[in-house]
Amino acid sequence: MAKNKTEQATKAAGASATATTSKDLNAKTKAIANKSFVSNQISLVTQLVNTYTTTTPQLLRLIDAYLAAVMVSGIIQFVYVVVVGTFPYNSFLSGFAASVGAFVLAANLRMQLNPKNDFYSLTPEGAFAEFVFCSLVFYGFVVNFLG
Amino acid sequence: MGTAKTAADAVWLRVVILVTIGILAVSSRLFSVIRFESVIHEFDPWFNYRSTMHLVNKGFYEFLNWFDDFSWYPLGRVVGGTVYPGIMITAGAAHWIMNKLNFPVDIRNVCVFLAPFFSAFTAVACYLLTTEIKDASAGLLAAAFIGIAPGYISRSVAGSYDNEGIAIFLLMITFYCWLKAFKLGSSLWGGLTALFYFYMVSAWGGYVFIINLIPLHVFALLLMGRFSARLYVSYSTFYVIGTLSSMEIPFVGFQPTWTSEHMAALGVFGLVQIVAFVEMIRSHLSAQEFKSLFHGLIAAIGAAGVAGVVALVASGKIAPFTGRFYSLWDTGYAKKYIPIIASVSEHQPTAWPSFFFDLQLLMPLFPAGIYFCFQELRDEHVFIILYAVTGSYFASVMVRLILTLTPCVCIASAFAISKILDIYIAPPKDIPNDEEYDATANTKDKKIERSKTISFGIHEIDTRLSVLIPMTLVLVLFAWHCTWVTSNAYSSPSIVLASQGRDGSQHIIDDFREAYYWLRQNSAPNDKILSWWDYGYQITGMANRTVLVDNNTWNNTHIATVGKAMSCSEDVSYPVMRRHDVKFVLVIFGAVLGYSGDDINKFLWMVRIGEGVYPNDVNERKFFTDRGEYRVDESATPTMKNSIMYKASYYRFHELYGPNGSPYDRVRNQAIPKKPISLHIMDEAFTSENFIVRIYQVKDLDNLGRSLNAAASFGKTKRKKRISAKPVAVGKHRNIDEDED
Repeated sequence: MAKNKTEQATKAAGASATATTSKDLNAKTKAIANKSFVSNQISLVTQLVNTYTTTTPQLLRLIDAYLAAVMVSGIIQFVYVVVVGTFPYNSFLSGFAASVGAFVLAANLRMQLNPKNDFYSLTPEGAFAEFVFCSLVFYGFVVNFLG
Repeated sequence: MGTAKTAADAVWLRVVILVTIGILAVSSRLFSVIRFESVIHEFDPWFNYRSTMHLVNKGFYEFLNWFDDFSWYPLGRVVGGTVYPGIMITAGAAHWIMNKLNFPVDIRNVCVFLAPFFSAFTAVACYLLTTEIKDASAGLLAAAFIGIAPGYISRSVAGSYDNEGIAIFLLMITFYCWLKAFKLGSSLWGGLTALFYFYMVSAWGGYVFIINLIPLHVFALLLMGRFSARLYVSYSTFYVIGTLSSMEIPFVGFQPTWTSEHMAALGVFGLVQIVAFVEMIRSHLSAQEFKSLFHGLIAAIGAAGVAGVVALVASGKIAPFTGRFYSLWDTGYAKKYIPIIASVSEHQPTAWPSFFFDLQLLMPLFPAGIYFCFQELRDEHVFIILYAVTGSYFASVMVRLILTLTPCVCIASAFAISKILDIYIAPPKDIPNDEEYDATANTKDKKIERSKTISFGIHEIDTRLSVLIPMTLVLVLFAWHCTWVTSNAYSSPSIVLASQGRDGSQHIIDDFREAYYWLRQNSAPNDKILSWWDYGYQITGMANRTVLVDNNTWNNTHIATVGKAMSCSEDVSYPVMRRHDVKFVLVIFGAVLGYSGDDINKFLWMVRIGEGVYPNDVNERKFFTDRGEYRVDESATPTMKNSIMYKASYYRFHELYGPNGSPYDRVRNQAIPKKPISLHIMDEAFTSENFIVRIYQVKDLDNLGRSLNAAASFGKTKRKKRISAKPVAVGKHRNIDEDED
């Protein structure tokens, strides 16, 4: 995410020009085909970021920020283990699993809250209640496994 | 079925039917208690019972830290870390709750009746699961089937206090939660799936089936292009919570992070994450853009992931498959490399009649149900199909895994039968006006019309009856068969045997408990008993004495040592026994009564396992005659005749038949030589009423430092001649042995 944001800053001017109408998109993709592969991909990513920022509700972006933070914490733990060693293996596992689990549970919440997904009869409150239930169970196991 | 006037009526009807099925399921498992008594059966249950006693008497933490010095002498066994504690904790909790409610139930009765009660819960779980697959009427049929199917009863009769007793319930309820979770896309149900999975992990090693079947289901749905946010939510929740919780069972430990059995689940978890991420990106781009992006970045991410997994496998971070696992793929594997696994009869490949014996009617209906699953092929039907395929495979590789297949067979058959009954019993308009039902009701209408036209003008009632009457008959026969099998094949406690006299009277053969009780009364508390591992749990449980090996076959070398002690000659075995402080040797001998599960029949396994570790002392070939026969009569090989097992089994056997009788082995149908067997290193200490259990006391070292062989033959040359002339003198021979004691 962070990397995407820097790219977004550099290409802000170009990205703002991209419109969501299909005509423009066709023109855009034709133009893309002519460019070199790498710049092609970069512009696509830029466009991705752009549609993301324009179409995603505030709530979901908040969750995304949390997801990114949790992911970073997981990566840090993984790097630590690779560099230093796995000695209290259960502590590492529960810490790392806590990151993965927090990520997954929040991602679940995000999917359930996303208006694009049609979860029937699941209100935002209901989704949050499920999130709380799973988190309680999950962190219970995490704490028990820390050792 | 579904014909009640209002929904509320139908609910009560269902509850009543389910309760009735539950009562039926419990009561048809009580044959053994009624016929014999409330007693723990077989072998493994005795250990479970003993550890439950420990749990109840000493408390939970003492149980987790329990070091059992009564088994595997001199090694001992760390029970807390080598046992699935689920069933003990369940029974302990049930006992505790009942006592708190002022029902002073004995822990033995809790253990005896645990499996039957859980079979009632299994019926309910099966009902719920089948309701997800089809509808409530199919669910009730499935519940009735699982309640009486012999394939499941074989493991859950009263007294069969084993892990499978509660594990099948947990299997079904976990699957039910799983279907519910991904149908609703609910992380709540996903969490419940994980919790039941946790319970299952604590209860039975068969949890590996769940952790492979559910990922397989997810993977199949992915391949079918049926990925959805629901799938992501349910599977991720299940995997994350389930895996972490499973690692909290000491016996499982870190296995989910490094054994191959658990890698499929991890791989699918990673795959689901990637697919979900890709889907998210796709939702932000047009199709054309997504395609060009996919070829670049996303393919690169995927390739990196695959490369990572391959690197882990190659570097040995992920362990190779274990032997027990290989034996699931290559049925000959265990026989070649791990005789200890192959020696267990329930690990043998299944003979096809046992499918029909255990499932009868359900067996031909099973494919029909699967066919209907294919016809509808909703996501949950894919699950049942996968369950059927994998379950059938495993059931045909290993006899005891018919158990895991049985619920699936019940569900599929209930599906098939309920389809037929739907068409031929209920008028189409009576089907409840549900969305799903509507869809099926339409097709049913058509089918009835079609069957009308095919039946060439036969009135509708005839058509119906011509199908319904045979169906009812077949179902009645099925119930009949189930009861018969339960009563005749699966209700024997195996520690108490019964034989029927010619007039139909029952004769109880209680040799095992007689002998174990003798040991309990007549041996010192710290005496060590040598017996084949089959009887280890029973000896520690009933005789309360230390054994060298038991049914927890974790140490092959130790078992091989016992095998060597049993299959070698006296001079070789005696030092082995001395080194292991053996005081008593216990053998099971069925020749008098015709009890075929005795040690002479198991002897070849002892030889094979012994040979695996001590090839210099034991050689399997030498136990066969030149013509390659396994004989115990006159033509038995010298190695066979000199082995401790042979001597201990047939020692003084001929005396039973008197001076003029001809001793005859009723198990192997061979005449036993009348020549008395000389036994120098042990004394016969006890032989049970029907000769089934024979216990020998190992002699101390000779006072003068001679070998016991030399001591016994000292000054005997003359007497020996007399013995061959007069069998009566054998009594004297025995007295001399006792003098030395």
